[in-house]
Amino acid sequence: MDWNLLITQLMNGLQLGLLLFLLASGLTLIFGIMDFINLSHGSFYMIGAYFCGSIVAYTGSFVLGILIGLVGVFIVGALVEWFIARKLYREDHLDHVLVTFGLILIFDTLVHILWGSSGMAIPLPDVLNGQVTLGSLVLPTYRLLIIAAGLLVAAILYILVTKTRLGMLIRAGASNRTMVEALGVNINRLFLFVFALGAAMAGLAGMLIAPITEASIGMGNDIIIIAFVVVIIGGIGSVKGAFYAAMLLGLIDTLSRSYLDLLLGLTMPSEYAETAAPALSAMLVYILMAAVLAFRPQGLFPPAGMK
Amino acid sequence: MFGLLDSWSARIYALLLLVLAAAPFIFDWIDQPFYLDLLSRGLILAIAVVSLNLILGFGGMVSLGHAAYIGIGAYAVGIPSYYDYYNGWLHLALALAVSAVFALVTGAVSLRTKGVYFIMITMAFGQMMYFTFLSLEEYGADDGLVIYSRSEFPDFISMDSSTGLYYWIFGLLLASLLFVHRLVHARFGRVIVGSRFNEQRMQALGFDTYRYRLACYVISAMMCGVAGMLLGNFTSFISPDMIGWARSGELIFMVIIGGVASFMGPLVGTLVFVILEEALSAITVYWHLIFGIMLVALVLFGKGGIHGWLCLLDRQRSEHD
Repeated sequence: MDWNLLITQLMNGLQLGLLLFLLASGLTLIFGIMDFINLSHGSFYMIGAYFCGSIVAYTGSFVLGILIGLVGVFIVGALVEWFIARKLYREDHLDHVLVTFGLILIFDTLVHILWGSSGMAIPLPDVLNGQVTLGSLVLPTYRLLIIAAGLLVAAILYILVTKTRLGMLIRAGASNRTMVEALGVNINRLFLFVFALGAAMAGLAGMLIAPITEASIGMGNDIIIIAFVVVIIGGIGSVKGAFYAAMLLGLIDTLSRSYLDLLLGLTMPSEYAETAAPALSAMLVYILMAAVLAFRPQGLFPPAGMK
Repeated sequence: MFGLLDSWSARIYALLLLVLAAAPFIFDWIDQPFYLDLLSRGLILAIAVVSLNLILGFGGMVSLGHAAYIGIGAYAVGIPSYYDYYNGWLHLALALAVSAVFALVTGAVSLRTKGVYFIMITMAFGQMMYFTFLSLEEYGADDGLVIYSRSEFPDFISMDSSTGLYYWIFGLLLASLLFVHRLVHARFGRVIVGSRFNEQRMQALGFDTYRYRLACYVISAMMCGVAGMLLGNFTSFISPDMIGWARSGELIFMVIIGGVASFMGPLVGTLVFVILEEALSAITVYWHLIFGIMLVALVLFGKGGIHGWLCLLDRQRSEHD
């Protein structure tokens, strides 16, 4: 067994898990609190990457790229909430699906018009481009940074939701919206903030991954599906659930891609295992989701006091 | 359309069907074979949209993974052909059977849930199908699979000519329109529609709504599998791209353009979508932007789709009379 490979794969799984968490935490809050299904959440991921890339190209600073990019995506998210999502909260879910599907088409084409159809590479500063050596292990610095940043955001979000007054309002809004309004809280402003915050976190995920994969049109449309699965498994509205489910799926998805053929090889001839493994690992995440739904339709960590 | 021609919408629909029935001769006469191809594709998608409308419109089950069944149908032609099995009845049987099994298994899980959950779960299962076909190296994975010869139906209408294929498509479309109309007006359909409006009441009346909905879901999937089988024959090239969730989104879009829970709406909506797609993409590469804006506007302002507008016309006319 190659331990270095295993550790690298674990790191990759952790990284995917944290990116999924950044996407899914916003989604789950928007679902849980506004009861709004946002297919175009992946567009914020893409827009974040392009904003960051342009600012890095203009200023030469990766840090500035992330900071200004975050503000940019926050504003885009707020605009979408203000002009579109807000009108639909009380409508049918089918309307949410249609409008946000339309938004995907609009955002994808706008990016095409503004930045062209080829992808955009984002250069990393030299400091981040290196590697860290731990004994016999060689780890890319930037991947460590992604993991650190993801954990940091998760911690901040945890404190925000559980320890602050704003977080209390968010949780209260999720369980009884009318009562919160009756107590004199401006619920519209709260929704606006939650929506834009979710957008900014998705944007951050896009910014973090773009230096590795480069920014491209429709980059959010595949990962967003796994983020949906994370939301379902974790329980709609639960940030904690989203965190555990994201880690679980990130690790399972990454590890099954590299080790499932070995595992299957124990029970069947290796040539069958080599054909079956890629198909099975592609389905594994969804099989897990089906299993969770069959036994706990409300997800693994449904938020307390909802419904 | 199925009753008397006593309203303007019924007359327009009847005329549309007549034109569709004569389409190969019309396009032959004006010497524009390309339009027959466009129309064939439109009518194939229309079968899929009719099937989606059965669960989405009449049953209130918003499935965002319906394109998976198009993929199953298409690969039911592609994979046997890859091993030189060209018998069309085999392809058709395979498309129906695999769609039914996949729908039964995924539907049994998905229908335990409601609302947002159902939408996301059907989407996730659709993506599961997509990634499964994407990982099948033997059958081309993301490069797709070329089908060198159309399904063979010995002693029956051949699909080899484009006119023959067109009448296969048109015939199956008519059959699915009639079938859905019959189904919705039968007791079965009443239960389905009833449980969309008030499931508890249907249960109180003694109907096991879960079973009815599951049966409806499977029927719809099988119809969509047939559309996929036709699409595989029509394009002679299939790839996982046909199945991605954006395709499922487009199918819902077509339902909405035509008008949810109407019998002819899906056909009209699909034709409008396909023709607009063709026309706009000839004008600009940014045609998705126009589609996106249309979709948002349709939901925010234009409830009811084309069928809804035609019904409005009917009402105005009858006030004049």
